[in-house]
Amino acid sequence: MPQSAEKVLDHAPLFRQPEYQEMLARKRAEVEDMPPAEKVAEIADWTKSWDYREKNFARKSLCINPAKACQPLGAVFAAAGFEKTLSFVHGSQGCVAYYRSHLARHFKEPCSAVSSSMTEDAAVFGGLANMIEGLRNAHALYEPKMIAVSTTCMAEVIGDDLQSFIINAKEKEAIPQDFHVPFAHTPAFVGSHTTGYDNMLKGILEHFWKGKEAERNDTLNIVPGFDGYAVGNNRELKRILYLMGIKATILSDVSDQFDTPSDGAFRMYDGGTSLAATEAAAGARATLSLQEACSHKTLEYAASFGQATAALHYPLGVAGTDELVMKLSELSGKPIPEELRKERGRLVDALADSQSYLHGKSYAIFGDPDFVYGMARFVLETGGEPKHCLATNATKAWGEKMEALFATSPFGEGCKAWPGKDLWHMRSLLATEPVDLLIGSSYGKYLERDTGTKLVRLTFPIFDRHHHHRFPVLGYQGGLRVLVTLLDAIFDKLDEAAGAAGADISFDLTR
Amino acid sequence: MSLDDENAGAASADLIEEVLKAYPDKAAKKRRRHLAAAAAPSAEEESEGLVSACGVKSNIKSIPGVMTVRGCAYAGSKGVVWGPVKDMVHISHGPVGCGQYSWSQRRNYYTGTTGVDSFGTMQFTSDFQEKDIVFGGDKKLETIIDEINELFPLAKGVTVQSECPIGLIGDDIEAVARKKKKETGKTVVPVRCEGFRGVSQSLGHHIANDAIRDWVLGKGEADEEEIGPYAVNIIGDYNIGGDAWASRILLEEMGLNVLASWSGDATLKELERAPKARLNLIHCYRSMNYICRHMEEKYGVPWTEYNFFGPSQIAQSLRHIASHFDDTIKANAEKVIAKYQPLVDAVIAKYGPRLKGKKVMLYVGGLRPRHVVTAYEDLGMEIAGTGYEFAHNDDYQRTGHYVKEGTLIYDDVTSYELERFIEAIRPDLVGSGIKEKYPIQKMGVPFRQMHSWDYSGPYHGYDGFAIFARDMDLAINNPVWGLFDAPWAASQAELAEAAE
Repeated sequence: MPQSAEKVLDHAPLFRQPEYQEMLARKRAEVEDMPPAEKVAEIADWTKSWDYREKNFARKSLCINPAKACQPLGAVFAAAGFEKTLSFVHGSQGCVAYYRSHLARHFKEPCSAVSSSMTEDAAVFGGLANMIEGLRNAHALYEPKMIAVSTTCMAEVIGDDLQSFIINAKEKEAIPQDFHVPFAHTPAFVGSHTTGYDNMLKGILEHFWKGKEAERNDTLNIVPGFDGYAVGNNRELKRILYLMGIKATILSDVSDQFDTPSDGAFRMYDGGTSLAATEAAAGARATLSLQEACSHKTLEYAASFGQATAALHYPLGVAGTDELVMKLSELSGKPIPEELRKERGRLVDALADSQSYLHGKSYAIFGDPDFVYGMARFVLETGGEPKHCLATNATKAWGEKMEALFATSPFGEGCKAWPGKDLWHMRSLLATEPVDLLIGSSYGKYLERDTGTKLVRLTFPIFDRHHHHRFPVLGYQGGLRVLVTLLDAIFDKLDEAAGAAGADISFDLTR
Repeated sequence: MSLDDENAGAASADLIEEVLKAYPDKAAKKRRRHLAAAAAPSAEEESEGLVSACGVKSNIKSIPGVMTVRGCAYAGSKGVVWGPVKDMVHISHGPVGCGQYSWSQRRNYYTGTTGVDSFGTMQFTSDFQEKDIVFGGDKKLETIIDEINELFPLAKGVTVQSECPIGLIGDDIEAVARKKKKETGKTVVPVRCEGFRGVSQSLGHHIANDAIRDWVLGKGEADEEEIGPYAVNIIGDYNIGGDAWASRILLEEMGLNVLASWSGDATLKELERAPKARLNLIHCYRSMNYICRHMEEKYGVPWTEYNFFGPSQIAQSLRHIASHFDDTIKANAEKVIAKYQPLVDAVIAKYGPRLKGKKVMLYVGGLRPRHVVTAYEDLGMEIAGTGYEFAHNDDYQRTGHYVKEGTLIYDDVTSYELERFIEAIRPDLVGSGIKEKYPIQKMGVPFRQMHSWDYSGPYHGYDGFAIFARDMDLAINNPVWGLFDAPWAASQAELAEAAE
């Protein structure tokens, strides 16, 4: 008997015990009708061949293991960064259960959102009644200051009109006339979660800004974009802004909402950008986005209020952060302080100390377009080669930008960007043109297993490792953390390889 | 009926009224019907072995805006019933999200080479774009099935898991399925599990069962193989954290052979061959009773429910299962029970004293709100409240076999209600899902996810009971719960006062 009370074996060791191994072998032999082992091995080898790669890349319609989610997820994320704001997603209720679970699994935090719970009758008659009742109930039960409405694809397909529904709900006194209900249509069959983020954020700004004369003030607006590291990153960003003496409004700041303390109270709402600041943000000098793909419409809208606008690509590493602080300085008129120059020097110092282990390492990177860009740029700075850069939710224009980035460095030679491709494409890339490290999300663990490429988790979603998002990856400080993470992976690989040799070769104490 | 039970019932009723005050009138009226204290059973119910009557309304549409925990029909079909069938490719047909959020989250373990002969932890989607909504997705679906056949030649077939838009734009996935089946000879199963259908996951289970009935059973070539007298099927065990394996090992030890495992670690062949079994053993009644009834009617396979959570129910179930077979099997069942008794005794001796008298509240899905009750009681723990996301009336009837009078019963509970109930009852442990985990832990209440076993398991069978006991202990008796209050609270208040 494998189990005992003294040493309880859970699934990880339990099913490796002989009793279970024999049982599973018997199941396979007697009832499963699975193909013979030789056939499986033959096909497994073939899936890693160039022939398979060509067939795989010839795919036109099937999407396998995409690295993207749908619009409403981004909308729920964006809305979570405002003061006492409850997301209300109009459409089928199962979707909302999915968004809440998805974000909770990454942040290990509560994620609240409600649904209008539309079913068959709403598909026929439209969801107006659901919207009215839903707003009334959500307002009464959860006492938000603002309800941000977005849509699932069901509501989009049947063509429900949010604006008139919300007006209707106010007329029916489901919610007070002056209650804040911004909205955004977020069809899941257009774009991805980055699009949904943009649409919801623009919807919120529109709610507060539309038809108003902007009262010019001295602040900057900063749009972080959909960022799984927002908890650590937004706080680091605020520190940089403080060092520079810049007054800024972070438009959607989820750093407290997705990092509430354990002290006996469940805070359904915590932190977030205040509604007053959001309203005043119309008069900011400029709006700076840290992720272009999350902010096309938002920036356009901000520009219509006479603001200067600019978009970065996830300011990570030395040049990425240089760009950030110089842009902040340019837009605010404030100088870059000595403290930041020293921080920069420390990151460069670290790069110099570790150069011999970084130089010439090859990488595959996947994630949202701006993350991949920022990460690839940092890899180039370390003397690494970002060979395969893939973003399922990227456009051809992104691909061209990536090619331009590769062209800036000799280490970019032979590197390629893959917009619109998925992680099954990446599997073929890794199998036919192997690299040293794979950078991405938890979904990369299947690629790590199948191709033996060590995975470094540095972007959303990270489900199977804890607390990474609590530490920044942006800015010079964040750059240090990314650097250490990469180096740890490189050193671990060295030690593992040395151990496998079975001799005391290369198992160096000092490196 | 004891005075204690009566008092508990009255307290529960007061609590329900208190919580309902926050709702607008119409919503309060609707929600009141889903909340109750388990009542004393009627004489007739008592004669049927019920210890309480859990008479709440169920399987009704959720109220908009209240934060229901429920999912959808797609989740019930792709996520629960079909997803674990390992040698088929399950296409999430529609936009990218549904497949993405449900990708690898149910922990249905399987053996096999993923991407080659097994596909359980992969996400196949038709990734609908606007043009697919406008022009329809049938052509795209055909191409997708061709591409699957080319890239995954060992896949035994495909299922088409419909997302919301499919039913709204009038696609004919059945026609595509028939055409592709004819062309390739491989099984193609269209499933109409659009998320807006029905009121919860539950209809998705039913639709998925019907799809097995219509597109798998009786469709294979006539199999003339001999099936022995001891062939049974495990039905409604999704092998979460290996549950079905910890169950299978016991059935095999008592001399039965498990012909098919539905659907944890299942192959298409196992689904096809299932009607040849002598007996269907159903664990999750809610999600798979439909197919058991069908197999009984069409193939004459009887079915019986069992419960492999905790030693009391396991022993009772082993004897009950054996009662359908000859004396050899009956004797074997006793041997199995005797073999594991020392393990059971040791587990209870170790964990019982640490868990005795601890109060538990549950809010889960298909079978667990009742099935795990006795497992807690085996460890000396008590159930203060329980409820289901998507149960029907027959589930609440069955719950009366497990929970005592006065237990708080909540159907399709809202986040608001659950938090208030927990605040009032202050249980020592809550067992629910990922969306509930973090709010409740922040309240300082120990928590275990009881859908995914909180990434542990198996919890079924004797091997699983040891893990269950360990996990409940580690949740409740963790030192972190003592760290919530900063030690300086009192002294600092004085200082702050002095400073003013």
